[in-house]
Amino acid sequence: MVIQQLINGISLGSIYALIALGYTMVYGIVKLINFAHGDILMVGAYVGFFVLSAFGTSPFGFFVAIIISMVVCALFAIVIERFAYRPLRNAPRLNSLITAIAMSLIIQNAARVIPFIGPNPRQFPTLAKSTVYIGSFSLSNIQLIVIALSAILMLILAYIIKFTKIGKALRAVSFDNKAASLMGISVNKTISFTFALGAALAAVGGVLYATAYPQITPTMGAAPGLKAFIAAVLGGIGSIPGAMIGGYILGLAETLAKGFISSQFANAISFAILIIILLVKPTGLMGKNEREKV
Amino acid sequence: MQNTKMFNKKMIFPLLVSLFLLIIPTILIKFTIIDEYFAQIITLAAINAIMAISVNIICGFTGQLSLGQASFMAIGAYMSILLTENLGLPMGLSIIFAGFSAALVGFLIGFPTLKLRGDYLAIVTLGFGEIIKVILMNFKSITGGANGKRFVAPAAVNFTLNPEVSFFVIVFFLIVIIVLFQNFIRSSFGRAILAVREDEIAANSNGIGVFKYKMTGFIIASFVAGIGGALYAPFIGFIKPEMASFNRSIEYLIFVVLGGMGSITGSVVAAFTLTSLQEFLRFLQDYRLLVYPLILIFVMLYKPDGLLGTREFSFVKTEKRLFAFFKKVRVKNEK
Amino acid sequence: MKNKMIMQATDLSIVFGGLRAVDKFSFELYQNELVGLIGPNGAGKTTVFNMLTGIYTPTEGEIIYWDERSRVHSIGKKQPAVLNKVGIARTFQNIRLFNSLSVIDNVKIALHAHRKANIFDVLLRTKKFRSDEGIIEEKALQLLSLFKIADKKDELAKNLPYGEQRKLEIVRALAARPQVLFLDEPAAGMNPQETEELMELIAFIRKEFDLTILLIEHDMKLVMGICERLIVLDYGKIIARGLPEEIKKDPQVIKAYLGEEALEHVESE
Repeated sequence: MVIQQLINGISLGSIYALIALGYTMVYGIVKLINFAHGDILMVGAYVGFFVLSAFGTSPFGFFVAIIISMVVCALFAIVIERFAYRPLRNAPRLNSLITAIAMSLIIQNAARVIPFIGPNPRQFPTLAKSTVYIGSFSLSNIQLIVIALSAILMLILAYIIKFTKIGKALRAVSFDNKAASLMGISVNKTISFTFALGAALAAVGGVLYATAYPQITPTMGAAPGLKAFIAAVLGGIGSIPGAMIGGYILGLAETLAKGFISSQFANAISFAILIIILLVKPTGLMGKNEREKV
Repeated sequence: MQNTKMFNKKMIFPLLVSLFLLIIPTILIKFTIIDEYFAQIITLAAINAIMAISVNIICGFTGQLSLGQASFMAIGAYMSILLTENLGLPMGLSIIFAGFSAALVGFLIGFPTLKLRGDYLAIVTLGFGEIIKVILMNFKSITGGANGKRFVAPAAVNFTLNPEVSFFVIVFFLIVIIVLFQNFIRSSFGRAILAVREDEIAANSNGIGVFKYKMTGFIIASFVAGIGGALYAPFIGFIKPEMASFNRSIEYLIFVVLGGMGSITGSVVAAFTLTSLQEFLRFLQDYRLLVYPLILIFVMLYKPDGLLGTREFSFVKTEKRLFAFFKKVRVKNEK
Repeated sequence: MKNKMIMQATDLSIVFGGLRAVDKFSFELYQNELVGLIGPNGAGKTTVFNMLTGIYTPTEGEIIYWDERSRVHSIGKKQPAVLNKVGIARTFQNIRLFNSLSVIDNVKIALHAHRKANIFDVLLRTKKFRSDEGIIEEKALQLLSLFKIADKKDELAKNLPYGEQRKLEIVRALAARPQVLFLDEPAAGMNPQETEELMELIAFIRKEFDLTILLIEHDMKLVMGICERLIVLDYGKIIARGLPEEIKKDPQVIKAYLGEEALEHVESE
């Protein structure tokens, strides 16, 4: 029973991890909590919806859906960053935060009014489900795809961050953007890339989430977005391994809470975890202490 | 310039204006010269103004971004029902005590959270807000759960059904809150809070206990929000746990950002303007929901200080300007 | 005859992450002294200040302080606000004024401890409150007049010219009538004329307010001109102490500021 919940938890956690990565990378590089990130998940899910409706739910269709949603969301994020966040890069943090909140509301409400999306829930095309039974617990093919695909993407991300030039640039700008620009790194391009990368992962997260929970609405991004954000903070906001670990932990915690305590309190438990972490170690499990220079 | 007498000439004009704004509309509503629909809008605007002031106190004046103020409003609302119906307190007393309950919760939450820095503080207040919402939804026996709770006490029903009563009481509280807060902010305590907002380290080094004053601002803001909720409950007559949600907190934050963080006048003006706008734009249906955030982004990009920045409407300054203006006109005419 | 000792630090050290920013800083401060803390950039001078004024907690070491009533305090872990109340005040390297507040409000805030009215007096604007505010206003005005910036009392602090901002920061620090004043690079960004005026100002306030002053400064003219003795810091350690004349010729100091070559140059003369 517990193992079943563990599998479910890891599956959910994988999705949270994918989204948490976007939050943490953006926070690391521009110190902004991108409230609109959860809504990117929603955009990804809808793009997936339209692609799958057109191409069918074959593995090929699924593959195309993921690629296209990644591209669309990446571009979308680049546009948002360019027009709403970049002008406020040197403004007080509060202003950027409020802009991010406003952006989130705009995306949600625009989706509601756009005719071909609309406020009513849609049914996401499902893959033919098959289940593998191992001993006393089951693993569905959907769960397998979610866990495997997320892990692969996270490995690719880790490779990009650690071994490519742009990855180094990302780390440099996160650390000290003025020094990075003096070294010849284009800060703007790096930041755009970071947003795009985070959005691409969130897009996949959205498609996977919709595959696992097939009802999609314009506000579907709010709840998982918030949970993924908690995961990022839990792992240490700004820390990429932290976001991954945080995602899995939160997925497990939520699933175990739903299974053994009550599904109503599951949300509150996620927040309680957040608050406890922030009170005990605000920089999260893997975060570093930042001292203000006096 | 400091006043040296308790009641002096300077206070007469504002007093008269306040009475005017309070009593005239009440009479007009009673005799349905102002119809019920309009009365409801301006009364709701007054509640929104109280909530905007609450958010402004903690965000604008104390400089601590709290994203959970709506939850204090909810606490105040539920408490006012419980105190009136279950404990039989008169409405006036329930409202005040509901405010104190919210302040108490603010004190408890403030202890752990106010030690955190900016962004983290925002997240934790958001978290606490949502937790309170969940608590309100789950203790069905006391709160009525997700279905909400009706305020059925006779005093409350009187409130709900008589628009002139709710207008008078709510605007009265609004005026009192404005006056008391202005008194507060123009004192040593008020300056201490502003110092904390401006520069914590400098404030600390100049003898201001930073945590103490953050807590002060937080408790006052919670109290005001509690009063707002306690007035909302009998006005509308029916409350739901949704009123504690993040979305509502953001709505009030929008009023403050628009009006200017640190300007009470701005918050009141923004609350009245936007509440009316919301009604006026009903014909836009769902497009209406896009208007708020678009305005917000526009303001953030082009006028981040909001309409009024930190400027306040001052009766004294307005009088001076009026006198100077009339003097100029007179001089011009004499030429 | 020596004045009473008002502060004593023993083996103060602080470690940030892996870096030992200050290593075994010890000193004694006597009443009415004017002491200079100098050294190359990054030597740890402001860090020492921050430890002595309660902003950082030292990792090792001890600080003892005697206030005006000769009560003893162990400073290390106390908050700056607490220290301010027993007579320690400071200014900052990068000027930390309350920017959106008026000049006079900046000073009034430092007079916070002098209030007598309580919250009820404030809310109801009682006579006690109004006389209280009157006293605070008067004290603040007096100070501003003394430094010739009273005419700008309602100006926002951020709108003052740079030199006056520095002055305001000092005025604010003095409002609480401290026993000891820490000045962190008060002459930063000033031209020679302004530096002269600052030197006179410091001499003036030392006498007028009966102060003990510890200052960090890079401007050697000011340092040599007004400091009675110097402590020299490099890479977090004290490398020299003594009278300005001695320090000027100290080989370690020359090496720290100007490098090995300058030292060889001096020695070859």
